[in-house]
Amino acid sequence: MEEILDRYEGEKGSLIQVLLDLQNEYNWLPPEVLERVSRRLGVPRTYPYRVASFYKALSLTPRGKHQVSVCLGTACHVRGGQTILEKAEQVLGVKPGQTTADARFTLHRVNCLGCCALGPVMVVDGQTHGKVTPARVEEILRQYD
Amino acid sequence: MARLMSPGDLEALRQDILARRDPAKPCVTVCSGTGCHASGAGAVAAAFEAELAKRGLEGRVDLRRTGCHGFCEQGPIVVIFPEEICYVQVKPGDVSQIVSQTLIENRVVERLLYRDPVDGRRIVHERDIPFYKHQTRLLLGSNTRIDPTSIDDYIALGGYSALAKALTSMTPEEIIEEIKRSGLRGRGGGGFPTGRKWEECRRAPGEPKYVIVNADEGDPGAYMDRSLLEGNPHSVLEGLIIGAYAVGAHQGYVYVRQEYPLAVANVTRAIAQAEEYGLLGRNILGSGFDFTVKVHRGAGAFVSGESSALMTALEGRVGEPRPKHIHTVVSGVWGKPSCLNNVETWANVPLIINRGAEWFASIGTAGSKGTKIFSLVGKVNNTGLVEVPMGISLRDIVYRIGGGIPGGKKLKAVQTGGPSGGCIPEHLMDVPVDFDELTKLGSMMGSGGMIVMDEDSCMVEVARYFTDFLCDESCGKCLPCREGLRRMREILTDITEGRGQEGDLELLEELAGTVAATSLCALGRTAPNPVLTTLRYFRDEYEAHIREKRCPAFQCKALTSFYIDPQKCRACMICLRNCPAEAIRGGKGQVHVIDQSRCTRCGTCYDVCPPHFGAVGRVSGQPVPADLAAGKVAACSD
Repeated sequence: MEEILDRYEGEKGSLIQVLLDLQNEYNWLPPEVLERVSRRLGVPRTYPYRVASFYKALSLTPRGKHQVSVCLGTACHVRGGQTILEKAEQVLGVKPGQTTADARFTLHRVNCLGCCALGPVMVVDGQTHGKVTPARVEEILRQYD
Repeated sequence: MARLMSPGDLEALRQDILARRDPAKPCVTVCSGTGCHASGAGAVAAAFEAELAKRGLEGRVDLRRTGCHGFCEQGPIVVIFPEEICYVQVKPGDVSQIVSQTLIENRVVERLLYRDPVDGRRIVHERDIPFYKHQTRLLLGSNTRIDPTSIDDYIALGGYSALAKALTSMTPEEIIEEIKRSGLRGRGGGGFPTGRKWEECRRAPGEPKYVIVNADEGDPGAYMDRSLLEGNPHSVLEGLIIGAYAVGAHQGYVYVRQEYPLAVANVTRAIAQAEEYGLLGRNILGSGFDFTVKVHRGAGAFVSGESSALMTALEGRVGEPRPKHIHTVVSGVWGKPSCLNNVETWANVPLIINRGAEWFASIGTAGSKGTKIFSLVGKVNNTGLVEVPMGISLRDIVYRIGGGIPGGKKLKAVQTGGPSGGCIPEHLMDVPVDFDELTKLGSMMGSGGMIVMDEDSCMVEVARYFTDFLCDESCGKCLPCREGLRRMREILTDITEGRGQEGDLELLEELAGTVAATSLCALGRTAPNPVLTTLRYFRDEYEAHIREKRCPAFQCKALTSFYIDPQKCRACMICLRNCPAEAIRGGKGQVHVIDQSRCTRCGTCYDVCPPHFGAVGRVSGQPVPADLAAGKVAACSD
């Protein structure tokens, strides 16, 4: 953590970059981390909370081992993305933004990953699965432990 | 690597690179943009590496991983130079045949060529494929010849020569004049005249000044900037440096959304390479001009793509817009003059400097010059990125380039401009694509997203979808947007779920008008466009939902039911096996029946039932006929 904070030492405006890097490191933003950030950057404790709650990429709650993102951008939506999301909700038993009880998966609903020609798209841990059908959702998720 | 200290050094380097390259040497180009990558291009490229090594051909055949070629529907795409033979949907298993047949025996592999759906003939060269033939790929065309991790590839094609010309033989005022005369307008959606923006920034008092690349690209369905930044980051940087020189800025930012990790990586590397060559940093090309660039990642907020919000995000704060009575070019980042432009706008600058304002202004219409990259997606055969001159008709884009609607369905509308835009109906398809023409129809050009919709798209659902998106992304600062959109979403959701009432449409229009007139930023001001255009052109659909509780497109799940016609069902089990809710009963020789209590109305059975059976029926505005819903199971009629 200190190393990440050192990297941005003295850079005005680096709060968001710092939080992104810390989230990559810890998989979420625990309160102790935010406390440390506010001290090092010399900003009130509300600042990191404000930023973290505004931006979708930052999470104030623990996330699962695998991040499942179903794209609901317009192109994917028009090709049935909503049905894919509903199937993923059914298979995982959670709603978007929530983590499964066994902490394996966190489901996200995202707006456009830029792979529009392959819609509907589902990304798991950075791996893009294109032309997904409701029938394939479970099969795809089973690949991840 | 020695720093280039003059335009002469740059030219000498270019000659040196070209001298070391043999244009006749075969080069296998594997498109490695994000789309093809997701289709497996990584494995294809690796297979080529392995196969070339196995055959001892590494020294005699080059392999280049490039950025996006644009024809994403047909990826992974492999182009063999110098002949420019284009293979589509290549799999790792095809590589060995390509190497032995095309590279060694000089014969084309017919089955991997693109097949024209109209006359069935196979097309050999990328440029002859109808998708490409009708485009004017001034910006994207270079992607096929550039490995984005190689600055030398860019220089070999003449890259940075515009920068050399600008820094050493033009004054900042002359550059601004050239951009003004070209007629270039912002490509991010606003369409503001770029030359005027630069001029205002140059004249604004205050130091230091900033230039910014807006690569936040939040419009769902749009990924042009992604492909430009991933595939040819130096073209954007070159434009940025020229712009910085013109307005008098010495510090630049590239704000990239974090959802584009490859773009972040490629532009970061490009900056480092440019610094090594002395094309960034102090005393660029010996001109005395200093300029550095930093990459700043977005953190997932659509509204922070708005220029004033982006600038507050650069300051490490929450990305909320502010009213722009004072333009950001006068007071932007840290209160200093800041010139923000879209990725595609910056990429046009080197072209204008090198080829001149007159040349640029000769392309396009009176009010919209140059080309525009669109992401043509949705219900269209050839989905991908298309670059066309302004003024081409929507019909030409959808049919001549896009290849029409799949499955023989009817075109219903084309949505342009993202959540700020609107739906243009089929009968207006001959509209020339141009900033002002699209605005006249109630939509806008926006950043370039072009979503094609067919007879299966429900326009009320489309309006609800966009309103829902904007509700989520509203920063919440101003009441009209925050509360107005929320209320509009409630009404639209009610309509799609069968709770619409008389008076709802009038209320929607009133709300829309208020939100548009009183919102603080462009997100709120344009948010009502999807609702207003769909009301304007598809009012009958809204009325059907409200008065008859009927969805004409059979999409709104609360209003639609599916059933299987026992006369037509052949008990093939396809729908049964594909039903995600396990709602179909039946078996071999047993007519299938949908259990209405378990059916989620996803429409999968309708999509998978073989067309020559056509046994799945849809009904909306009335219940499923009683005898079908009762689940009477009958043996097959034969």
